[in-house]
Amino acid sequence: MRLQPTAEQRQFARSLDAMLTACDTPSAARAWAAGDRAPGRAIWSRVAGAGVFALAVPERYEGAGTLPVELAVAFVELGRHAVPGPLVETVAAAALLTRLAETGDAAAAKRLLPRLASGEDMATLAVTAVGPYAVDPDAADLLLVADPARRDAPARARRGPAPSGDAVLRAAPGHGPLRVSNDPVRGRARPAPGGEVLAEGPQVAGAVAHAVGIAALATAAQSLGVGLALLDRTVAYVRQRTQFGVPVGSFQAVKHRLADTLLALEFARPLLYGAALTGARADIAAAKVTAGEAAYAAARTALQLHGAVGYTEELDLSLWLRKARPLRDAWGTPSWCRAQVLA
Amino acid sequence: MDLDPSPAAEALRAKARAWLAEHVPAAPLPSLETAEGFAAHRAWEARLAADRWSVVSWPERYGGRGADLEQWLVFEEEYWAAGAPGRVSQNGISLLAPTLFEHGTQEQRARTLPPMARGEVVWAQAWSEPEAGSDLASLTSRAVRTDGGWLLRGQKAWSSRAAFADRAFGIFRSDPVTRRPHHGLTYLMFDLRAPGVTVRPVARLDGRPAFAELFLDDVFVPDEDVIGEPGQGWRIAMSTTGDERGLTLRSPGRFLASADRLVRLWRATADPGDTALRDRVADAAIGARAYQLFTWAGAARLAEGSAAGAESSLNKVFWSEYDIALHETALELLGADGESADTEWAEGYVFALAGTVYAGTNEIQRDIIAERLLGLPKGRL
Repeated sequence: MRLQPTAEQRQFARSLDAMLTACDTPSAARAWAAGDRAPGRAIWSRVAGAGVFALAVPERYEGAGTLPVELAVAFVELGRHAVPGPLVETVAAAALLTRLAETGDAAAAKRLLPRLASGEDMATLAVTAVGPYAVDPDAADLLLVADPARRDAPARARRGPAPSGDAVLRAAPGHGPLRVSNDPVRGRARPAPGGEVLAEGPQVAGAVAHAVGIAALATAAQSLGVGLALLDRTVAYVRQRTQFGVPVGSFQAVKHRLADTLLALEFARPLLYGAALTGARADIAAAKVTAGEAAYAAARTALQLHGAVGYTEELDLSLWLRKARPLRDAWGTPSWCRAQVLA
Repeated sequence: MDLDPSPAAEALRAKARAWLAEHVPAAPLPSLETAEGFAAHRAWEARLAADRWSVVSWPERYGGRGADLEQWLVFEEEYWAAGAPGRVSQNGISLLAPTLFEHGTQEQRARTLPPMARGEVVWAQAWSEPEAGSDLASLTSRAVRTDGGWLLRGQKAWSSRAAFADRAFGIFRSDPVTRRPHHGLTYLMFDLRAPGVTVRPVARLDGRPAFAELFLDDVFVPDEDVIGEPGQGWRIAMSTTGDERGLTLRSPGRFLASADRLVRLWRATADPGDTALRDRVADAAIGARAYQLFTWAGAARLAEGSAAGAESSLNKVFWSEYDIALHETALELLGADGESADTEWAEGYVFALAGTVYAGTNEIQRDIIAERLLGLPKGRL
């Protein structure tokens, strides 16, 4: 019952933090939003070099073994630094292929996993039962789509991932027009129909459900990192910004809002690591909704306490501000997560 | 990281579960805020103590089992899951006892702790005063030096359990001329039936005498009942308030059990189409789990040698607000019956309402979080 990072896990987080701090991730994120992928791809390679994508891939496919706790530790840092790209979708795709291989369907894993683990390929993933869009399909080397096999799958399932029965996994040949997201660093489009069918059957549905869980876990971790970054930046700002002759951070109304922000984030953290340890669906859903809501509340607080300067795109704060809400709703809306907790 | 309780904790869990299954009263005891309920709870404490379950975290020689923090947490989970009665000795066990372990003398521990463990002496806390609630440094009740001890003069207010308790502990101003309000305070224990003590029970919101005012008119306290050095009361009290806000007052086991009951109530009674209410029930389940895991993480930090410090303020704000939300959700689930004051949920609701006020108001806790954990400038404007 030792819910504290080990020395190795702490060191892993510190080294990722140091590496990403040196990468100027805000510039790369801005370039990514403008369609220039080069700086983002360069960071992607370094993230892969640190072993992050290998954390969802077994050793036999050149991964590090499936290590959800380390994955959570890493995604907190990726969120803190606003790293661009379909990070969550890439590890979810890796988790999907891994689970397929574990249940006897190893062809796609053999071919695709080593390149995902090494960072050579960037993947994205759309699960029809969750939503129709894939994140950054134009930047990805591999666009995986999981469809329900039966066309009678109800459209209402779109509010949350509930794959059941058979499913089809395919590599889509392309995608429709990109839609601008509230977070311009997250381009999204509908995958094109057709493409190579990689696997099909009830084992695909199981693997998709597992992948959705890993996506939700990684998104929860990324949300926590986003929330922590928003809090850090806001605390720094209210310490130096003065009004009425004193730092605004000395006003009790400001302090209490930030205290509540810290409180929400610090209670999301153990849920995140607990979920990584158990892998239970209800635990992941609890972590997802709690971290997502905490990060979104942190964004609202950051905006309010930065005042008008926070309401501009120029300030780097906007990179985290705009990310919080989409992450809260991606891979399981709060309402869907709450239903899972009681399911 | 792991979530596996130690073998020792699992062993204690099994023993506790078996004992509780056999001994927990079939019907709930009367409210401990009544004379009848207080007596029934005292008897329950004696029953617990007879098999060394009343203070599992204390050393064996004082009636405990020498349980570490993890074992204690596991015991608490079992205790509340079994539907066992509330603890009438809570103030003594969670506030005075840790203070005595840290600052008391051998003699004070030997004299005070075993009867506390058996429920023979139930302790009330006597900290607040009419003009000093969360601002304890503004205390004005005095301890005046006399032969072989001190004379207490003044008034204490909102003294929990004092309507029926035997003894009390608190801090008093022993040096009225010091210019710094945190100095010159002395921590001591006194008898609620001593000459000069008048206890006036005060009804809480539901009319039950959950606390009392104490009027002290030259109440004699011998030197042997002073805890630590005279004048050091503030420092000693602060180490105790950390315990009060922190996890010893509200163990996760209690909220896990309550959330579990709430979810069962929801499954049995709720309209499945009412997703707004469903979401609140889910939040109650999530909150209990979050508090459990947060506490485990804190226990791991303590085991590594970190001090609890200002993080106990995070803990206090969380559980106090959580407790109210949990009970509000239950009352809503009960519908028309939610208004009836004779249910377990109703009493829990009234009890929860006080949580954001006592042990340092949540406004004070948020100041502590902002200043000590976030490094924001001091100031209460």
